Amino acid sequence: MAEFFEQTLQPHFNFWIYVILMMIGLWALIAKNNLIKKLIGMSIFQTAIILFYVSLGVKEDATIPILDPYGQAEHAAADAEGAETEGEKKRDSYIGKKSPDPDTMANPLPHVLMLTAIVVGVATLGVALSITQMIFKEFGSLEEDEILEIVKGGGVDD
Amino acid sequence: MRLSSIFAIIAVVITGGILLYGVSDFPSFGDPKSPANAAVPGSESVSQYFITKSYKDTKVPNLVTSVLADYRGYDTMFETVVIFAAGMAIFAILGSVGGESQPRVQEEESSFVDGDHSRIIVGTTCRLLVPVIQVFALYVIGHGHYSPGGGFQGGVILAASFIIIALSSDLDAALRRLSEVNYLRLACVGILIYAGFGVLCQVLESNFLDYGVLQPILLTDGPEMARSHSMLGVEIGVAFTVTAIMFAIYANLSSRGTLRDGL
Repeated sequence: MAEFFEQTLQPHFNFWIYVILMMIGLWALIAKNNLIKKLIGMSIFQTAIILFYVSLGVKEDATIPILDPYGQAEHAAADAEGAETEGEKKRDSYIGKKSPDPDTMANPLPHVLMLTAIVVGVATLGVALSITQMIFKEFGSLEEDEILEIVKGGGVDD
Repeated sequence: MRLSSIFAIIAVVITGGILLYGVSDFPSFGDPKSPANAAVPGSESVSQYFITKSYKDTKVPNLVTSVLADYRGYDTMFETVVIFAAGMAIFAILGSVGGESQPRVQEEESSFVDGDHSRIIVGTTCRLLVPVIQVFALYVIGHGHYSPGGGFQGGVILAASFIIIALSSDLDAALRRLSEVNYLRLACVGILIYAGFGVLCQVLESNFLDYGVLQPILLTDGPEMARSHSMLGVEIGVAFTVTAIMFAIYANLSSRGTLRDGL
């Protein structure tokens, strides 16, 4: 058990969390009867995927992928350290004199891709909610089995 | 328990089990040498190129913005189109466009005087907050290539300010400030700005959305700064569309497509 925890769970705890989140979302999508609850499940599913991608871009001890064009923070840090080599190297890389070391910055590519995914998620959720609203207007219910019964019975009574 | 729930649990457990089995081969969390972050030794991966070279290419310190609006500009343009299409789909589904003209009852600007004191607090707070939110939204849009932000984020914040107006009084108050016709125009203008930058580059005999050739028009020091400024323009276009469509989604959903009363 301890071996399983140390070798399997600990290095990949983030992926375990996303898989579990994704399972919750998938279960809600399949098993829930209420359409709004299905949409909540869809959102949880999307969140799991987004978290998964963002965590792929994480690097240990790395900063956000934004260069400091003015370098104020890094100037101060370099002066405080008094270190000529490490501090200046870092400062020069931040103010764009030198190309930055890729290992000091989080991977920007997953962030961009997930920006797309979040936006598309909002769009699909909006369209899905409007469709749900029309379904409620038409059938007077959001429960899947009740809607199916009405559809099989040949439409709305009134 | 229903039979379908049992099947659902079986399906979910099988899917999750397969994924968890696959996860054991993944790189560990925060590994800078993982395949997503680094290529094989001796070559450079795409994300490493973005980190090391994109400031030289575009003079944009926010690498996410430079990747979003320049290297992947085509992707982002159609992402904006997706938002636009979603807004159009909501209009089509809820049916507020082209319907019969809705006589909008011109009510008093504020209904605070009817003795409901909770509305005074909410209304005053929102009236004070909305300008601050809007200024911050413009900052997020305009400063998006120097700090975290950009067109999508700023556009959503700007739309939130209109939604706050709609929530604190009613939907009509928000629609008086950003009417249906105007937000539809705003959405179209946003896309046109983005596509216009692309077409302008083509007119100047370069590739679609290759901003470097816009240097003579934008009067910048070099093609890199032209890229930087074009990215700002493109982000503004994105912000227009996102603001309009986010507010449109709220307005249509909260009023069931009638654009009256709201929540």
